[in-house]
Amino acid sequence: MDTAVNAPVDSTQPHGRLSPLDDVHRAGGASFTDFAGWQMPVRYSSELEEHHAVRTAAGLFDLSHMAEILVKGPGAGAALDYALCGVFSTLAVGQARYSLLLTTDGGIIDDVIVYRTHEHRFGVVANAGNRAQAAGALSVRTAGFDATVVDESDALALIAVQGPMSQAIMAKLPDLHLPTPVADLRYYWSTTGAWRGEEIMVARTGYTGEDGFELYILAEHGASLWSALLAAGEEFGLVPAGLACRDTLRLEAGMPLYGHELSLDTLPQQVGLGRIVKLAQKGEFVGRGAVAHGPSSDAPVLVGLTSDGRRAGRAGYPVLAAEGGEPVGVVTSGALSPTLGFPIALALVSPSRAEPGTELVIDVRGKPMPAVVTSLPFYKRPTTD
Amino acid sequence: MSELSELKYTPEHEWIRIDGDVLTIGITAFAAEKLGEVVYVDLPQVGQAVQRGKVVSEVESTKSVGEVYAPVDGEVVEVNAAVSDNPELINDSPFDQGWLFSIRVSSDALAEASFIDLEAYSAITGA
Repeated sequence: MDTAVNAPVDSTQPHGRLSPLDDVHRAGGASFTDFAGWQMPVRYSSELEEHHAVRTAAGLFDLSHMAEILVKGPGAGAALDYALCGVFSTLAVGQARYSLLLTTDGGIIDDVIVYRTHEHRFGVVANAGNRAQAAGALSVRTAGFDATVVDESDALALIAVQGPMSQAIMAKLPDLHLPTPVADLRYYWSTTGAWRGEEIMVARTGYTGEDGFELYILAEHGASLWSALLAAGEEFGLVPAGLACRDTLRLEAGMPLYGHELSLDTLPQQVGLGRIVKLAQKGEFVGRGAVAHGPSSDAPVLVGLTSDGRRAGRAGYPVLAAEGGEPVGVVTSGALSPTLGFPIALALVSPSRAEPGTELVIDVRGKPMPAVVTSLPFYKRPTTD
Repeated sequence: MSELSELKYTPEHEWIRIDGDVLTIGITAFAAEKLGEVVYVDLPQVGQAVQRGKVVSEVESTKSVGEVYAPVDGEVVEVNAAVSDNPELINDSPFDQGWLFSIRVSSDALAEASFIDLEAYSAITGA
């Protein structure tokens, strides 16, 4: 047997960096995978059960491999306005914003979330694999501003509680003291308080398509916070969850993943992120000229694809025209959707084939699989009345 | 684990039970664990001729795809329909209920096969 995950099947397990929560993961029976140079839990028991738990109750994720880069100083907001494609100087303290770090050519170095935690302090959360690039670019780009960049990644643990029960779980977490109850924390806002007397930042953000919270705390307190959350969440069906279900969850939610949908070769407009580039609201920023010019008229654009059956298109598989069979694009991510029960995929396709309802074919290892262009997201959480 | 020691293996994480000229093939528990939860299995047709080293079956998890090779030249004589209906059998019972297909070996094909035993396979997986 050969597999698309050959590296993990290899007996010579890579010895990656360990999460500050590594001991509790091993004690909890997690299986591990190498991810961006880290040994992280891929699943605890069953990625399908973990997936369904996040959709129906809640899942607990260790995201301590993510990069946290602090930008502080009176000029921090202006510095980020120049370094990234969004507007941050007007964010309220506590507010968060999804954004992109672009090259001068408009290519995507990374996607990030920026939290304004204090008047003169912002936290930029970048992907683990792009930590050096993101921290480096931020340092260079903020050099002319009254701002300092500090890579705090090694000092912090990051834990996410995701799922419809996450608010109830957070409300039951003992020893948590926040300026406002978690119920009053709005989506894409954060607050800073204390847990067992230690500083904690609680953000209502996530990457699963569900309601949820992300908690930042000093690394040495991560393991005890994890255990306390598991205990608080037991009555609500909270389960520890790994990276495998995180990927199917984010795919169902239509969220792009760096290295799959986002890359140095894609402009924001190609991947449905043109709206987060604030050309009209801001002055010069890195990548402005290229993004204002926009991609060429035939540059591929990101679409959702759905199929019948049980077989999934995977990253790298060709997308073909339904009639004629000529190549029109490539799958960037794909899986059998655990929630929906049919195969879903994200793909970069010719703009002439991007209209919802367009019939296409995914070349599944030589076998044609019919697919239909579908509006994103594939899954949207039920709205609560 | 005397039963596992009676099986043969390949470095590609397949196990083989030899019963005369019929070989039954599945993927190892190690491979099933690394793949993750199997959600789809593509099996060959009974009567299909297979060639050693060529892909005859595919095992898909939520995250990835495993290709299963014919370990010898031969003809498919039986497939495990139960794993098509319940792919999770491959995770739950990889060496038993999760078998994939069986092959009647062409003459001399078995002699040319280069299977390894449990000890050698365990050395590969580090188990």
